[in-house]
Amino acid sequence: MKKSASVKKTLARIKPYRIHLFGALLSAVVSISLTLLIPVLIGNALDEIVGKGSVDFADVARILGYIGFAIVGVSVCQWTMNCLVNTLSYYTVRDLRRDIFRKLNSVPLSAVDSHPHGDLISRVINDVDAVGDGLTQFFLQLFSGVITIVGTLIFMLAIDWKIALAVVVLTPLSLFAAGFIGKLTHRRFTEQQVLQGDISAFVEEHVGNQRLIQAFSYEERAEKGFDELNTKMYSVGFKAQLAGALANPTTRFVNALVYAAVGIFGALSAIGGALSIGQLSCFLTYANQYTKPFNEVTAVLTQLQTALAAAGRVFSLLEAEDELPEKDGGFRAENCRGEVSVKDVSFSYSPDKPLIEYFSLEVPVGCHVAIVGPTGCGKTTLINLLMRFYDVDSGSISVDGTDIRDMSRRELRKCYGMVLQDSWLFEGTIMDNLRYGNEQAGDDEVISAAKAAYAHSFIRRMPQGYHTVISEGGGNLSQGQKQLLCIARAMVSNPKILILDEATSSIDTLTEIRVQKAFAKMMKGRTAFVVAHRLSTIRESDMILVMRDGNIVEQGSHDELIAKGGFYAELNRKSV
Amino acid sequence: MLKLRRFLADYKKEVVIGPICKLFEAILELLVPLVMADIIDVGINTLHDSGYVLGRGALMVLLAAMGLTSALFCQYFASKASQGAGTKIRRALLKHINSLSYAELDRLGTPSLITRMTSDVNQVQQSIAMSIRLLTRAPFIIVGSLVMAMTINLQLSLIFFAASVLIALTLYVITRKSVPLFSSAQKKLDKIGLITRENLSGSRVIRAFSKQEIENRRVDAATDDLARTSVRVSKLSALLSPVTYAVTDAAIIAIVWFGAVKVNAGDMQTGDIVALVSYMTQILLAMVVVANLVILMTKASACAERINEVFETKPSVKENAIQNISVNEKCADMIRFENVSFHYNDGKDVLTDISFAVPRGATLGIIGGTGCGKSSLIRLIPRFYDVSGGSVLIDGADVRDYPFAQLRRKMGIVPQNSVLFAGTIRDNMKWRAPDATDEQIIAVLKTAQAYEFVSRLSDGLDSHVEQGGRNFSGGQRQRLCIARALIGSPELLILDDSFSALDMATDSALRRALKQCAADMTMIIVTQRCASVREADIIICMDDGRIAGCGTHEALMRDCGVYRAICLSQQSAEVSA
Repeated sequence: MKKSASVKKTLARIKPYRIHLFGALLSAVVSISLTLLIPVLIGNALDEIVGKGSVDFADVARILGYIGFAIVGVSVCQWTMNCLVNTLSYYTVRDLRRDIFRKLNSVPLSAVDSHPHGDLISRVINDVDAVGDGLTQFFLQLFSGVITIVGTLIFMLAIDWKIALAVVVLTPLSLFAAGFIGKLTHRRFTEQQVLQGDISAFVEEHVGNQRLIQAFSYEERAEKGFDELNTKMYSVGFKAQLAGALANPTTRFVNALVYAAVGIFGALSAIGGALSIGQLSCFLTYANQYTKPFNEVTAVLTQLQTALAAAGRVFSLLEAEDELPEKDGGFRAENCRGEVSVKDVSFSYSPDKPLIEYFSLEVPVGCHVAIVGPTGCGKTTLINLLMRFYDVDSGSISVDGTDIRDMSRRELRKCYGMVLQDSWLFEGTIMDNLRYGNEQAGDDEVISAAKAAYAHSFIRRMPQGYHTVISEGGGNLSQGQKQLLCIARAMVSNPKILILDEATSSIDTLTEIRVQKAFAKMMKGRTAFVVAHRLSTIRESDMILVMRDGNIVEQGSHDELIAKGGFYAELNRKSV
Repeated sequence: MLKLRRFLADYKKEVVIGPICKLFEAILELLVPLVMADIIDVGINTLHDSGYVLGRGALMVLLAAMGLTSALFCQYFASKASQGAGTKIRRALLKHINSLSYAELDRLGTPSLITRMTSDVNQVQQSIAMSIRLLTRAPFIIVGSLVMAMTINLQLSLIFFAASVLIALTLYVITRKSVPLFSSAQKKLDKIGLITRENLSGSRVIRAFSKQEIENRRVDAATDDLARTSVRVSKLSALLSPVTYAVTDAAIIAIVWFGAVKVNAGDMQTGDIVALVSYMTQILLAMVVVANLVILMTKASACAERINEVFETKPSVKENAIQNISVNEKCADMIRFENVSFHYNDGKDVLTDISFAVPRGATLGIIGGTGCGKSSLIRLIPRFYDVSGGSVLIDGADVRDYPFAQLRRKMGIVPQNSVLFAGTIRDNMKWRAPDATDEQIIAVLKTAQAYEFVSRLSDGLDSHVEQGGRNFSGGQRQRLCIARALIGSPELLILDDSFSALDMATDSALRRALKQCAADMTMIIVTQRCASVREADIIICMDDGRIAGCGTHEALMRDCGVYRAICLSQQSAEVSA
């Protein structure tokens, strides 16, 4: 992303806080003018102290009183300015994080699936932090800098406008030098932030799967892999740091040259009699003051550069394309009957690998569809399409005769209850997790669903029962327990259409039978898609879809398909 | 912060030379006004000589050039030491994390470890660089000014000391108060990381339940919380420089007042007051730098504490042997459990009094209901956890006597959760044996019933695998995980409910292939399915942490009520259709 674009977008983000910005500017003006005033006051006080026995104490006290007020003013204003700038950047950081987060929940699922999660987390955490740091530094330096420059400029112009002009023209040279270095090194900073993301992704992947690493004695190789990244990070980080750090000495060098030039020309014109010595020394003091902000800005250049690179990554994520916009055609889940029809659907994850082609299916209300086929035949894909996690490439899917693209995703998904292969639970109490699909559900509703899913007894045995907090990803539960909870969760939300994706596979058979009974009860009158392995489930269903390589190769009831003697019959024979 | 100093051990040179360069630059900078004074006093006032002015001007340019050079050196050393130390910290962190057992990792949490390895290390790194750049110059100026003040007037220099003590006190109080706030802010950052991670891994469920709004509100609360804490701590640390400013300027007022008294009494010259005031101003400027540095250090030390917390977490399962031990690989019983009991941290026994033996080359089936302790049992074999009582023997030696690598080399493990790592299929297949050839890989893929779909991928073994293996279906992942465990012919294969995503046909084909390819491989199959263990040499039926029955299928059907119930339930399920 272009640097200037990143700057513009970052600045646009602080708009809601322009009052803070204005207040900070005001405080800066007051505090810096008072700061410039204090030396003058001290000078006045010193003028009153002439020598032995001739000190006017009343006057001295009066002036010192002014100084006291000025000090209080400076301190208060400085503090206010700092607080306002900090508040501004912390709230901007907060807003950025919220927006990224919302973005992650609104991009197509394929974007989440295909991007390393650690890198996305790094953008939310590290990159946004860097932007915040940059904002704080930028404004603090900018305010005090600009005002100091303006103040000293006025004094210098008053003394000798020709030399003043020379200073004004020459000093920005140092900024050019800094800018040139900045331009040369921007790439390094971008690289640094990218590597930071890679490191995050690596840690996320390897620490998250520590048990595998240990099981395969992979520690050393993991460390080697990390070393590679880490070493790259070192060399890039070192170069970025050094390059960023070069700007400040360079600026100061240029400014020292300017100072020397002013001294020499001033001295030469003093010899010529055009300038008094007092004026020259005063001039030099201001020239020194004038260059200070330039030095200070470049001192935080590393942070600004990091911020800029980070902002690029943040905005490229924020500008990622959203899911196809929704149309709210008035379809409401409450009125859903549960009729699903698929017409001539084609879909593939990548254009060069066609997966589902011209697939059609009519599912009347209350029909139970079993999806059968060898592993990897496209069953999960079908579910991705039904729930509109992915959009079809061509053809259409409709519920109750309405194309699902003409209804809001929310209403569509409310029709479905699903239990997926990967049982996902979030950090929170069991109660909260079970209520996930239906917040209005009362405690007794939740408990009866848990009982129906045979989760009640193990929940009760947990330390705090339904109020036990489960850790992220359900780490403290067994796979089977997690799945039972997911089933209970689906039951609480009481949907019209069920999707059960290999859901019962990790539950022991004794429990499973009971769960299937509960399911049978729940499935009554509801449409259901079951990705099934077990003959019992398959035989009980109204329709069997036999999938192979993304296509439906056979379709019909168990007896019909056995009689047909095709692929299903073969599968059936092999598994017994 | 100090605890992390060992990571600077290799950068002693940089840490010493860097600040010296900076000091040198500061001294050069102090010389410039003297040269300028020369120009004015000698060049203009006395000699009226442009040549002299130009000569001194050239000297100033030279000073500037020398200053530039030494500043560059300082920056070089600062960058090198800080980045180097950061790199070493990250490396040591990962190494340490790798040595931790699951219980500790669960407690620390992955998202928090990510923030610690990135954001926290960054802060520490930055503080090292800044210290090298700034830490010498400011004290140099402060001490120098103090000394000069003392030579001018000992009594008035007391004001300097009073001011210094006051400022030091302020620094101390503010630092003390803000460190806990900084750590709490980092903790809140962890929380945001956690929510983000949860949302990424649970994106399907969240969308299925249309819960984006609730998740958004969750993150809103977390970000707001962090913003408020950050603002609070910044209000506190923003006090530092105004307070410093106020104290030094109050000192200036005192100097002027008492100076006036002394001048009035004839004890002092007005010029001395001017000098004292200008030294005080010097101190002020240096103090402001110190104050900023202190804020940075405060932040960094909160981060350093979080890093140290990781280092101080000790693994609960310790490697006792470093050298490979010699074992009798002909030992008749490959695995032997002797009166094993086991509980997790919470203390309730998950396994009670487990004893059994598995002969070399035999197949052991473990079956039982959810939560009966099957998975806990097999986790004791590779020593993911240590037994609470009794012992686990592999090839006749206690697993606690083995070095980890030697023990785990013996086995191929297929976990419940089929997880692959980002890279290519070939990379993933090489986990157990880094030098496996393509032929070997293809052979295990065939055994695992995975070759058929792998060979149909356009890039074959070079096909890209996304993090976690998300671009493969559950069943494909499971078969790839089985293949991964088979490479390099392990002596023992542990399948922890690893057929769950496979259809019956693939399941049985897989078991047949396993038997054919490695007749002498000992195998443990943990499962819920009767059919998967029916042909095992020994079957252990678990019930509530105990062995309910142990024997062949026929024997258990006859003698073990729990086993019979499980089998019958599955048969009836298949027949009742």
